[in-house]
Amino acid sequence: MGFLLTRSLDKSATAFLLVVAAVGIALPLLNLLLPESSAFQVPTYLISLFGKYLCYAILALSIDLIWGYCGILSLGHGAFFALGGYAMGMYLMRQIGGRGVYGNPLLPDFMVFLNYKALPWYWHGFDMFWFAALMVVLVPGILAFSFGWLAFRSRVTGVYLSIITQAMTYALLLAFFRNDFGFGGNNGLTDFKDILGFNVQSPATRAVLFALSCAALMVAFLLCRAVVSSKLGKVLIAVRDAESRTRFLGYRVESYKLFVFTLSACMAGVAGALYVPQVGIINPSEFAPGNSIEAVIWVAVGGRGTLIGAVIGAIVVNYAKTVFTSGVLAPYWLFMLGALFILVTLLLPRGIVGTVQSWWEPRRPNAITEAEASAESEDGVAAPKPAE
Amino acid sequence: MSVHRISCLLALLFATVLSFATTLPSRAGTFEDAVALFANDSFSDTEDAVNALAGSGNPLAYPVISALQDDRLVADPATKKVYVKQADGTVLDAGTGAVVTTDVSGLDAVRLNNRLRRTVAAAVSSLTLLSPDLAKRTAAAQSVFKTHDAGDLPAIENALQKETNPTAKQAFAAARAAILLFQPDASEASKLEAIAAIKARGDQEALALLSELPPDTPPNVLHAAQGAIGAIQSRLAVWSAAQNAWYGVSLGSVLLLAAIGLAITFGVMGVINMAHGEMVMLGAYVTFVVQELIRTRYPALFDYSLLIAVPLAFAVAGLIGILIERSIIRFLYGRPLETLLATWGISLVLQQAVRTMFGPTNREVGNPSWMSGAFEIGQLTITYNRLWIVCFTLAVFVILLAMLRYTSLGLEMRAVTQNRRMAAAMGIATSRVDALTFGLGSGIAGIAGVALSQIDNVSPNLGQSYIIDSFMVVVFGGVGNLWGTLVGALTLGIANKFLEPVAGAVLGKIAILVLIILFIQKRPRGLFALRGRSVEA
Repeated sequence: MGFLLTRSLDKSATAFLLVVAAVGIALPLLNLLLPESSAFQVPTYLISLFGKYLCYAILALSIDLIWGYCGILSLGHGAFFALGGYAMGMYLMRQIGGRGVYGNPLLPDFMVFLNYKALPWYWHGFDMFWFAALMVVLVPGILAFSFGWLAFRSRVTGVYLSIITQAMTYALLLAFFRNDFGFGGNNGLTDFKDILGFNVQSPATRAVLFALSCAALMVAFLLCRAVVSSKLGKVLIAVRDAESRTRFLGYRVESYKLFVFTLSACMAGVAGALYVPQVGIINPSEFAPGNSIEAVIWVAVGGRGTLIGAVIGAIVVNYAKTVFTSGVLAPYWLFMLGALFILVTLLLPRGIVGTVQSWWEPRRPNAITEAEASAESEDGVAAPKPAE
Repeated sequence: MSVHRISCLLALLFATVLSFATTLPSRAGTFEDAVALFANDSFSDTEDAVNALAGSGNPLAYPVISALQDDRLVADPATKKVYVKQADGTVLDAGTGAVVTTDVSGLDAVRLNNRLRRTVAAAVSSLTLLSPDLAKRTAAAQSVFKTHDAGDLPAIENALQKETNPTAKQAFAAARAAILLFQPDASEASKLEAIAAIKARGDQEALALLSELPPDTPPNVLHAAQGAIGAIQSRLAVWSAAQNAWYGVSLGSVLLLAAIGLAITFGVMGVINMAHGEMVMLGAYVTFVVQELIRTRYPALFDYSLLIAVPLAFAVAGLIGILIERSIIRFLYGRPLETLLATWGISLVLQQAVRTMFGPTNREVGNPSWMSGAFEIGQLTITYNRLWIVCFTLAVFVILLAMLRYTSLGLEMRAVTQNRRMAAAMGIATSRVDALTFGLGSGIAGIAGVALSQIDNVSPNLGQSYIIDSFMVVVFGGVGNLWGTLVGALTLGIANKFLEPVAGAVLGKIAILVLIILFIQKRPRGLFALRGRSVEA
């Protein structure tokens, strides 16, 4: 274990973890301990806002793990995020109990409104936190496992895989919009009161959730580092760069892909579960295919295959989104987002972190370009290949 | 005692009037005499007059009785003259039909009570059975079929005898059969005959009629009715399947139109164009702009607006497509996943650009006259706009197929699809083919937009609603073969429409998506995959 830890921690990873830990401790303390008049007091809305970004950062990490290291471009990762969110939302709904508008001790408000007579079977158990926490990981995990098992075994790769992951999240979007699906229809789950007995609205709970998000981000990052720096990680990179060759060398490519895809979905589920209490609502629009594609661009902006880049990309893009969509520039945000998609893929294919790295280590670029060139020819359908 | 006297008096009066009424037809000028009865301000006189008029066969009978029904029949008690107030303000003499200039504003309308209203309504229906207008006659027969009131039987039989038009004759026969079937004293044979006639009608109403037979009907008749119900139901099932199939073909052709350009670009270039839906949207907006110009400048050309819009939409979307290919996509060849992201960015920009220029709301695109309306085949309703879209799609498909087969660009495109490097080695300028292919695919998306503007809301989100379905068609049908796209689109369209009545629209769609995801497991490259010797493709 200790060996695993030391191997997965290089200098930049350690620095990154220290920064996240410092932020996770300092910001909540600055929020809670200082009086509101103080210039260093961090307002609660900022804590919630950055808590949200941290959840997005975990989602971006999970995407970077599969896309950056295994070449699987999932356009449906928002679905795993939302499923984790729904699992947490169900727990929070059950915690409302008799305090809802209709005062029904068992049924959430929307069920009373929709004339449900009894709790649907899949809502049982969500009054216990440990069960909900288990489901946060299990539901996205099982979905990803069965989906991946079907897809990877029959060698659905490249854009085909991207398209059917998009179809998956689209199908879930349609399903969750239905009232009789039992998840609140298009209103989703909201009006949460408390989590583990603490009021979700109170600044202290929000600060703790923020710190927990930081901790989760650190754990997720460590996990990803452990995976990519192990021998397993080398095989994943081999799959990314030359899938057929890896298969011919005797590796069971689909098992590796399946493992990393499921792990990534579980991480996305945890991110969703931390997201819901901090924003106070989960509704089917989280399943929208556009959200998942947007999450991919965070990774691309930060730098594919760098992990740290995914986190930076998620925070930078979302901060920009918050700034621009709340100001006079709001109508131009989509132009900017669109341009970001185009410019990053055209001019900054290695993202912020990748580009910075290539400045620091002038020798690395060649190696990366070669790997990329071969990756390109692998996931391309009719790409030109060098004569062999 | 007074009550008794009054009733005696009434009976006497009734008897006299009755004899008067029955003797009426034999007298000269009887129609005018009957009309004059309306002026007596007596309900029984009015009833006699209505019956007399209904049986008179005089062409004035219908306007007079329908005026009575609408309180437009006024009578002057002093002169015993009766007038019809017409909708346009003119006044007719009810007895002669001549236009008169008498001032009728001070006169009261002939009064009716509820019992009389029923008589009047029956008279009106029996008179409309003889109306010179075919549509009115059949509609009247239809209403008699529904009510199957025994009182209408003579009128129906009368009308049936006089009728020459086969459609109306059938309607009358069915109406007569309906009445006979529900008449307790009709013979069993005639009832059986009636069932056969109703069975010949074979629609939902015939079914409703047969299933409400009273329980005291003879067992033989009931049995025959059961048989007829079964026969009608199975015929209706066939018709509803046909209707679903038509809806499916119609949806499939829309999907085909939206997906075919995508299939070409994907097949030739291996590039998923996420902005394809926005090309469709641009085509729809071109239609909108063309129609706006025509509305303000040359309204006479409105029926040709779509014909003008089709080449324009092709040109606009095609040029934008070539522009995108030359400025962005060509730098991303061999990186399909990055291309996917870049084209998604393009789609966001195009959407927002259209939103900024035309506003976020739906814009009004009209149907030319030759695309509105519908016609019926049996129980099948077919709207003209859907029919035209199916024809248009087939035309586009055939043209495209011919283009791929018989032009040099088509030959080059096929070569590049099959083996890009070999094609390049044979001297094909693959990058030129790429640009033209992308332009062609986008242009076809543009003309798909013209068609879709006729059946869908023209808004900046138009493309978004089709993009996932188009992907499904391409993934399902496979690339490199237009027939795959055709089969894929029609299969998905028809499967969708057959699942809809069973599972509901949303669940049906989810089921289709799940089925495709499962199908991909069996055929990872779609129904019609290109087979090569390479490991990856």
